[in-house]
Amino acid sequence: MADNILEMRGITKQFPATRALDDVNFVVKRGSIHALVGENGAGKSTLMKILSGIWPYGTYSGDVIYEGEVCKFSKIKDSEEKGIVVIHQELALVPYMTIGENMFLGNERGKKFAINWDETYAEADKYLKMVGLTESSKTLIKDIGVGKQQMTEIAKALAKNAKLLVLDEPTSSLNEEDSKALLDMLLEFKKQGMTSIIISHKLNEVSYVADDITILRDGKTIETLVKGVDDIGENRIIRGMVGREMSDRFPERHGVKIGDVALEVENWNVYHPIYTEKKVVDNVSFHVRKGEVVGFSGLMGAGRTELAMSIFGHSYGTNISGTIKINGKEVKLHSPRQAIEEGLAYVTEDRKGSGLILSNTIAVNTTLANLKGVTRHGVINPEKELAIAEEYRQKLRTKTPSVQLNVSSLSGGNQQKVLLSKWMYTEPDILILDEPTRGIDVGAKYEIYCIINDLVAEGKSVIMISSELPEVLGMSDRIYVLNEGRIVGEFNRGEADQEKIMSCIISADSAPKEQKS
Amino acid sequence: MITKNKILEFVQKYTMVIALVLVTAFFAWRTGGKLLMPQNITNIISQNAYVFILATGMLCCILTGGNIDLSVGSVVCFVGTIGAVLMHKELNMWLAVIVMLAVGLAIGAWQAFWIAYVKVPPFITTLSGMMVFRGLSNVVLQGKTMAVTNEKFVQIFGGGSKCYVPDIFGGAEINILCLVVGIIACALYLFFTFRNRFMRKKVGLQVESMAMALVRAVVIVAVVMFFTLRLSQYKGLPMVLIWVILIILIYTYITSKTTVGRYLYAIGGNETATELSGINTKKIYFFAYANMGLLAGLAGILTIARLTSAQPTYGQSYEMDAIGSCFIGGASAYGGIGTVPGVIVGALLMGVINIGMSIMGVDANYQKVVKGLVLLAAVIFDVVSKKKNR
Repeated sequence: MADNILEMRGITKQFPATRALDDVNFVVKRGSIHALVGENGAGKSTLMKILSGIWPYGTYSGDVIYEGEVCKFSKIKDSEEKGIVVIHQELALVPYMTIGENMFLGNERGKKFAINWDETYAEADKYLKMVGLTESSKTLIKDIGVGKQQMTEIAKALAKNAKLLVLDEPTSSLNEEDSKALLDMLLEFKKQGMTSIIISHKLNEVSYVADDITILRDGKTIETLVKGVDDIGENRIIRGMVGREMSDRFPERHGVKIGDVALEVENWNVYHPIYTEKKVVDNVSFHVRKGEVVGFSGLMGAGRTELAMSIFGHSYGTNISGTIKINGKEVKLHSPRQAIEEGLAYVTEDRKGSGLILSNTIAVNTTLANLKGVTRHGVINPEKELAIAEEYRQKLRTKTPSVQLNVSSLSGGNQQKVLLSKWMYTEPDILILDEPTRGIDVGAKYEIYCIINDLVAEGKSVIMISSELPEVLGMSDRIYVLNEGRIVGEFNRGEADQEKIMSCIISADSAPKEQKS
Repeated sequence: MITKNKILEFVQKYTMVIALVLVTAFFAWRTGGKLLMPQNITNIISQNAYVFILATGMLCCILTGGNIDLSVGSVVCFVGTIGAVLMHKELNMWLAVIVMLAVGLAIGAWQAFWIAYVKVPPFITTLSGMMVFRGLSNVVLQGKTMAVTNEKFVQIFGGGSKCYVPDIFGGAEINILCLVVGIIACALYLFFTFRNRFMRKKVGLQVESMAMALVRAVVIVAVVMFFTLRLSQYKGLPMVLIWVILIILIYTYITSKTTVGRYLYAIGGNETATELSGINTKKIYFFAYANMGLLAGLAGILTIARLTSAQPTYGQSYEMDAIGSCFIGGASAYGGIGTVPGVIVGALLMGVINIGMSIMGVDANYQKVVKGLVLLAAVIFDVVSKKKNR
């Protein structure tokens, strides 16, 4: 018999309305990297919540067998004591505390009422080194990038003597380079005997790193693929996840005529809002034509979101300079309102933080950016509002029983559709979509792509910012590559591939540094 | 299963209304029915008029993100002081009222400017206002009491024995005008609810079941008629009730039907999203706090009219009554959630507890203890029931 560190047998978890898990079996071999994949709502997170004790023993049926023992966790501390540490998708770090303080938060070094700071920082430095960070543990969390923050989370887990690491979407907010570093580190840990479970939507990463892949669908275990025995290519995994072969991940765009230049930005400069001497966008010029999808690729922190938001009515940055021409005419956009009136829409990357009002209904969210469409003399017509929301629900095929429900009740993909509805209702000519498919499942992604195609077919222009290279390559007519606030490359459809874009970024990365020194 | 869920949903939606009914029933029983006597019902309204009005304004501030206004008690006092001084100098009463409202609005605008455009935290700005206007009231009154002797003013805004709408029908035992007003109010309510229902159905929207709508209509009509009957058995409609109802209607409309109201909720729900939707959030903050000043001005008018004087201690802890009513009435401490009717129910609940305990002869200090615990209990219930829902 193989040496299994964890066995979850016949796990069933019933919620009032739905059965989240139905007789799930999940076996993890010691010293392996095991990927858990499935569409949103397939039950991955619930399964991990049972493992970590967030859903305590007794609220589910079935057995969790860890290190040969049946576990009866009643809280997270119980599982952590045994060495099971979960790193959640949302980073749980306090920005104004140091790396060291964060690492031992709730697990402080020293006596009961007196923290031993020397020991804290010495230990923290040791763990930081293990994850390949050179920062001092006295650096504040807010001063390091997202990639390094994710590494800090892992170091924090190591500090808890983790034997089984569970990573929930660890790379969802990382760029390709940082993601690769993280995955390589997991492989390194594996050599030292660590076991990891990784939940990810990024199937190329799963194929790269995993020894075994368990696929969940609708709360059931579909299959477990083993590296070297089964085919673990992306298409094979997708077939397991959606129950059919997805031969075409990007819908065809037929007969869309690319017309005149709709938006032209010239010599655009933006400085950081707090560190005002730092240039975030550096002399950027680009244009978008009618009926065209233009992709913006680049690493996290390359300045793509900042560029988009500064164009959208100076929503980001200070000391902004440069010109914007819409349909050949120069415009000044000093507030989001002006930008909307000129036909611009910015669909944010952060749909919960700056996109939707979760405590409000789908209808309220749909009309928010164009409320005057449903008002007369400042008075809202609720019937018209609901009718509009219903129209967009049908158009975008948002899955919900009613538009009078709160958006918080929807899944990520459907929330994204509500966000799109909101901006489509402003009837824009130019849409800037910032990471339009982040954190949503394969099926919903395909539908978002279809919506993008419909938009350009109507003669609108779409700017798509995305960190997923296959998506940028699959959807764009033209691609700009951004690095450190500057455009370092431009490709037409068919000219580009992943290697070209990456090498474009890397060569640009080394060049300017020489100039600076 | 479905009926059980429906009951649960109903209880969650009307928690505070149910609590109000239970508390009222409790005190009616403990006081041997005295609570529901015509005079006491009149008292609940006139004694709490300032709470209803301040709580309505406070809701607008709280909606923007749990922001409160600590200065309202002091503003009430200061506006009252100005009014008393002006009327003492025999200024025309209506002119005095306009000046008082203008002063309230100006104070509101002063604080709103710092909050909205300079981004001084509301807590600090209004804490400053709380001290400044309390101090200024003292300075103007020189620590003394100033009587309000303008009889017409007291009659129109006050809560005393003469402050009732005269019965134009000249009923003897029963105030007929009061009953007529009650009946008209019910008729209007029924007309608007069913017209609304009809319009929604016509454009193919979901409406609640006919039975549910009917039950609710019957309950509301019964309650309104019961109270107007009670009032008519005493001295009829208190003048102050007219002002309170006017404010409630105006602000219910603003918060639920207008763009300004919608934006108040939007900011509290997600400020960045609201800003990126092209909405001028600064204007909305300015509206909330300037409006609070205006309503504090109105509350100041009602206060000096009821007490027929101005004193430097008036209005103390009014802000806490208003804030408490909002949270008891279901407003979220994080903003974005809460309704005017809900807040009014919250204020009524506090009012009933107050007067119920007074009739029972409970010591005033214990009354404070009870009110404090009720506030905590209401919010605990709210938080816990929402958590279970998830």
